[in-house]
This record gives sequence, structure tokens and C-alpha cells, in this order.
Amino acid sequence: MTAKKKLKTSAMIASIAAEGQPTTAAPFGHALVEAAASNDKIVGMSADLAKYTDLHIFGNEYPDRFYQMGMAEQLLMSAGAGMAREGFIPFVTTYSVFASRRAYDFIAMAIAEEKLNVKIVCALPGLTTGYGPSHQATEDVAIFRGMPNLTIIDPCDAIDIQQSVQAMVDYDGPVYMRLLRGKVPNVLDRFDDYRFEIGKAKRLIEGGDALIISSGLMTMRAVEAADELKEKGVAVTVVHCPTIKPLDEETILAEVRRHTGKPVFVAENHSVVGGLGESIASLLMRNDVQAQFQQIGLPDEFLDAGALPTLHDRYGISTQEVVKKVNSSLA
Amino acid sequence: MSASLSRVEPGDLEKLKRHAYRIRRNALLMGEVQGQGYVGQALGVADVLAVAYFRHLKFRADDPEWEGRDRFLLSIGHYAIALYAALIEAGIVSEDEIENYGSDNSILPMSGMAAYTPGMEITGGSLGHGLGIGVGMALGLKRKSSDSFIYNLLSDGELNEGSTWEAAASASHWKLNNLIAIVDVNDQQADDKSSTVLAYEPIADKWTAFGWETWRVNGNDLEELVQAFDAAVSSESDKPRVIICDTLMGRGVPLLEARDKTHFIRVDENEWSLALAQLDDVYGIK
Repeated sequence: MTAKKKLKTSAMIASIAAEGQPTTAAPFGHALVEAAASNDKIVGMSADLAKYTDLHIFGNEYPDRFYQMGMAEQLLMSAGAGMAREGFIPFVTTYSVFASRRAYDFIAMAIAEEKLNVKIVCALPGLTTGYGPSHQATEDVAIFRGMPNLTIIDPCDAIDIQQSVQAMVDYDGPVYMRLLRGKVPNVLDRFDDYRFEIGKAKRLIEGGDALIISSGLMTMRAVEAADELKEKGVAVTVVHCPTIKPLDEETILAEVRRHTGKPVFVAENHSVVGGLGESIASLLMRNDVQAQFQQIGLPDEFLDAGALPTLHDRYGISTQEVVKKVNSSLA
Repeated sequence: MSASLSRVEPGDLEKLKRHAYRIRRNALLMGEVQGQGYVGQALGVADVLAVAYFRHLKFRADDPEWEGRDRFLLSIGHYAIALYAALIEAGIVSEDEIENYGSDNSILPMSGMAAYTPGMEITGGSLGHGLGIGVGMALGLKRKSSDSFIYNLLSDGELNEGSTWEAAASASHWKLNNLIAIVDVNDQQADDKSSTVLAYEPIADKWTAFGWETWRVNGNDLEELVQAFDAAVSSESDKPRVIICDTLMGRGVPLLEARDKTHFIRVDENEWSLALAQLDDVYGIK
């Protein structure tokens, strides 16, 4: 057996794009600049992570509308609440781990309880850094799903992010978005009819042999897996569900019912505990829908540090792992 | 004190004294509805609220959300009874609500929440939120070129919360001279004396070191309060301002002043009328 070359730990903010994959640089930052041109209520605030959440693009364009709040996430959330109280639309940014673990009470009581119009945009959701558990927000959705009034968005790619910025501006209320930043893959542009809408799941690929319902970067994996499986004669339906809360129950129930007797996967860049998978499982049970239900997600563990491709393979969220799971369910 | 003292007219003090008396009375009447509560704090902070609401705060009783108002943020939600007493005295909340205090469907819940009560700007209760919200609102007011002030009433216990100090650092970083913090120092929190739970002195030095213009006064002395508030509001400095008020819990009702554990007090049914009578005595009201 030949020794495999060891991959290096991925940078803090490693791109999840594969080599040669088309990408867009900093889609969030540029989309916010565009939205802010026609809405002077938009302000940006960050807890010393503007550069790492692409908010610096906005800060450079609108320096007087950007607030550096220092490495103080509790303050970031409460000050964001104060800005919203005065009629502004603050986009506040940090990493998902810090928003969910450290600033929870401030988001709950200062923002969500009063339905304030704060957009919480956080980088490094799930397994998108090789830095280990301090930076891997593998349970952020589980933490936030229990919070009333909070909309949770898990966009797939640059197109989703661009469209979701304007959707967040148009929506009056608190939103948590799991941000992909830096060079973000373009995936959804091949689906002509696709349009991001808060609260809507959309079918991207019609198959029939199996159903994958996915959010975030796992929709990219699902699409890639469906392409690969199609070449082997396996037709997979892919439904993208970028709003985790409120869940598009109607679409999901209809899709699962259409796939009665077929394997149904829920794929997410998140722990199998408390995320989209369990949310859909409870939806199915409440509605007495039987399904060959399986989860594709991260294990209920603190994950290793290392190179992202290695870790995505190790924890079962790479395209190849998705292909394997679908194949074995059909075997 | 870091500014010259303002001259206080005796008539002004008499007026404020009457407001403080009625704030205390309203608090006792609400306390009686529940038979218990944070009455000690309300009595202790009544003079501070009288000076804030009836000397400085801009508000419209019939339009509590008037854009030009000063914003008074109560981060210490359990002091709601104190603020309700002041809001009733200010005519923002009807006196008729006293009998519903803390009861089902009341607009005056035990812990202050923005959605329930006119004039209650924020939902407090989870301590350490108010000053950070105040920072955001003060930034927002500056964006709007508003000349309104943000007041935030904190307690000595609330200074335990690290988030308060995140906000304190930020307020001076952003030169928020439209933000006035008021710290009620009554040396009591849930488990014990505040100084025993987590030693807080030297409070004034801490705020000064964080870049705030700082006053420390006897929070039950109307004249000292007026001078500190006047100075804080009229200061030309670009610093945020803090007025540290040493207060006595139960102030104005000797039987409650004498209580040992005053954070959450229970008062026997027959003691309420005695408490009200003692308050009248203290104020020389027959």
C-alpha cells in the first residue's frame, strides 16, 4: 500500500470550490453594496470579522455606514438590536460558532423576542474550516431552530447568496444566514427557473429513483452526485431547501409522497442532531408519512482539524460519499 | 464630580420631592397587589427616576413612541415596578393599571418587556443587554442627527455581566456623548450583598478608565442628583456619561429600610397600610 500524500490543514476560510469550478468572489459583500445603493437604512456591523465575512466590501464602499464593534459578539447583537430599534437594517457579521454559542441570549432577547429587523450573517457554518471545533459550527442550526421568530437560511452557492441578500432586505424580521464567503461556487445558475425565496424549497432535478432534500453546500454535493449517478442510470430528484425555518412543509411533504417506496435522503452541512434532517423527520411523522428516511450529515461529535477535502470524506459529506450512500440504498 | 455645580431652585426640589413621593406610593400600591416583589429597589431608586423623568427626559405622555423623545432603557427588568411607578406618575401609563400589576393579562408584568407596556423601550431581565442596546440606539440617533439622549438604568449587580463592559468600551470608542448610564448601587443582588457576591469597587474608577465622564452621588439626595444629571446632560465633552447613585433599598419606608434581605421582599398583608402610613409620615403628608 502506497502512502498517501498528507494534505495540509485548510486555511481558516478555505474555499469549498473544487479546482476549476466556476466561482464568484465575495457574493455577499457585493450584493449588500448593491442593495444598499437603493436603501439608505442598510448598515453593516461586525465583531472584528468584516474581512472574513466579506463585509469589508460594504465597509470600503460605505465607510460611514459600517460599524466595527470589536471582538465582542454580545455587544454586536445588542447594538444591532439598538440600530434596528432606530429604524435601520443592520447586517451583523461574525462566525457561526460565536453567534450561536456565545451570543445566543443576546440574539434571543434583544433581537428575536422583539422581532427586530436584524440580519445575522455568519461565516464558517458546519464543516467549512479545518480549524477544529472552536471554529466549526456543526450545531448552529440545532441551537437556533428552537428560537421563536428567527428565520434560518442556508444558501447553497453564490447565486443563492446574491438573491437572498435582497430577500432579507425585503423581509421585515430577524434572519440568521449561514454564509459561504470568499470564492464561492456557482451552482444554481444552470437551473434557469431557480429563484431564491424565503420559506420555499425548490426542485432542481427530477429523478425518481431516490430523493435528496438538501440545504447549503450539500445541495451542491447533491447536484454533483445526481449528475454522476445519472451517468450510471440512476435518476435522483434533488430538492433544495435553503430556508430551514420556517420549513416549506407543503413542498417537502409533496415530494416525499411522490417518492413513496424510494429512499429519501436529507443532506446537510450540519450535525445529524437538530438540523434539517430531524426537522423533516418530525414533519413526516406528524403527517403520518412513511419514508425510507436517511440522513446525510455530520456525526454527533466534535470534529477533527485538517484539510477540508479529507474531512468531508471522513465525515461523509463529500460528493463521493453521497454517491455511495445513494447506491447502497438502492442495492 | 467633573463639572461645576448647577444652581437648584428650592421650588424645583419641592416639585421633584412630590414626584418621588408619588413614585414610591405607586410602587407600594403595586407591591400590595402581589404581596411581594422588588419593592425595595423601587423605593431606593425613586429619587433617581423623579429627577430623570421630571427634570430631564423629553417625552410626550400621549405619544410614547414620539421620535423626538429621550429613550429610557431599563435593562434591569426586575425594576419594572419602579419604572411603572414613574410611568404612571408621568401619565404614560394609566393609574388604573395599578390594581392589575403582575396579574394575568396585565400590561404591567413583573419583569419589564417592551411589547407589554407603553414607555418600556426594551425587554430587560436578562442582565447585561441594556447598555449594548443603548450603544446601538445611540449610534442610530447620531446617524439620524437626533439630539435625543439614551438613558440606561443599570444596577451594581448588572456590572457582574461582562457584556456590560463590552458596551462600556464601545460607547467611549464611538464617543457616544448622547448616552447616559445610571448605575443604581444598593449593594444587594439575588444571593447576597453585591460587594460579597462579586466585589465591585472602585466603580467610578472603572468607568473613568473605560473613558466615561463619571459622577458618583447619594442617589437619595435630590439636590446631588439634580446637579449630577444637569452636569451630565449639559457636558460639552465627547464622552459617554455615567451617574453612579448610591441608594438605600426601601428608602422612605422605615420598616422596609430595616429589612435584612431586601432583594425580593415579602410583606405581610397588614404591613402594607403601615408602609403607606410610614411613607406619608416621612414626607410629612397627613
